[in-house]
Amino acid sequence: MAEFALPKNSKLTKGKHHPAPEGAKKVKTFKVYRYDPEVDSNPRWDTYDVDVGSCGPMVLDVILHIKNTVDPTLAIRRSCREGVCGSCSVNLGGRNTLACTHAWSDVPGKEITISPLPHMPVIKDLVADLTLFFAQYESIEPWLHTDTPEPQKEWVQTPEDRGLVDGLYECIMCACCSTSCPSYWWNQEKYLGPAALLQAYRWLADSRDEARGERLDYLEDPFKLYRCHTIMNCAQVCPKGLNPAKAIASIKAMLVDRVV
Amino acid sequence: MAQSSLRTPLSRARGLGSAHEGVGRFISERATSVALVPLTLWAVYAGVKLGQGGYAGAVGFLQSPVNAVMAALLIFVSALHMKMGMQVIIEDYIHIPNRKLPLLLLNSGLCWLAAAIGVFSVLKVALLGVGAH
Repeated sequence: MAEFALPKNSKLTKGKHHPAPEGAKKVKTFKVYRYDPEVDSNPRWDTYDVDVGSCGPMVLDVILHIKNTVDPTLAIRRSCREGVCGSCSVNLGGRNTLACTHAWSDVPGKEITISPLPHMPVIKDLVADLTLFFAQYESIEPWLHTDTPEPQKEWVQTPEDRGLVDGLYECIMCACCSTSCPSYWWNQEKYLGPAALLQAYRWLADSRDEARGERLDYLEDPFKLYRCHTIMNCAQVCPKGLNPAKAIASIKAMLVDRVV
Repeated sequence: MAQSSLRTPLSRARGLGSAHEGVGRFISERATSVALVPLTLWAVYAGVKLGQGGYAGAVGFLQSPVNAVMAALLIFVSALHMKMGMQVIIEDYIHIPNRKLPLLLLNSGLCWLAAAIGVFSVLKVALLGVGAH
């Protein structure tokens, strides 16, 4: 059955409380998911009262502040800290987003929960295992497929055709969309998920590509593509403002075009 | 992460490959939805009419070719749409291999049975002019 309750070893327990340092002027409480599979039997919520006056405005600033000044064992994946690399995606107050571009003051609630991307295996603390997610991306062969001999200079396209991949190429593969999708939660071994499908459409929409038929052949499957039930969580959470559900609908429309 | 198999991630992602099926189902789901709009409006009209003329009036109503065909189509299309909807729910939520296939077959069987009994009953009234008893 689908998992409507957490498995026994994933149930969260109450963890440690770290009070704010003496003299802190502006304090905000952050509830952070902590789990080390090598040591812990179950994950726990640690709470940190953070002196937000002494760190930057973004949630990533807060996490790094905790790591640097309170608890160096806290694990987080991050790189660019400006919404380009897609590494620091986490679940903030129940919503997937990038920790680096989301201000803690924009997260509603008295205390802010920070947990790893939902329904994924956890490597440690806030770091989810995205191995299958990236393999699914690889499986749609996200590169140009051509049979025509390569031109001497470059593959050309009109500005209009180039415009067709706007809203698609900007994806940074942060996995916020796929891991917010209930269909992906229940069937991630078989459903490719919104991120991989948006990328699949990015190559289907590319006027230079010569393998649209083969690409559609791979996608036409009750699970790989058609598990999308237009729930729209993907478009709601995308930190880049993209609409994977629309891209998936375009793939479905292409498949209909092929048979009628 | 601990894996129960050393299969590569790409092999896991590709799985058993594409079933090359789905667009037919996709079109059928939408076609039956659209067809059910006029059929349901007709069902409301039929409900009002059937409530007015008593038993004899109801038999007479269903003996009209248009009403008989509409009633049969309503039952058939509803059953088909229900079958596809339930199938998606089973595929979404049931992941136990030896439970999924029997449930899918049970779903198909029940829906086709409901459609067959419904259409047969309409034909019986339409052609023989008598009810089920």
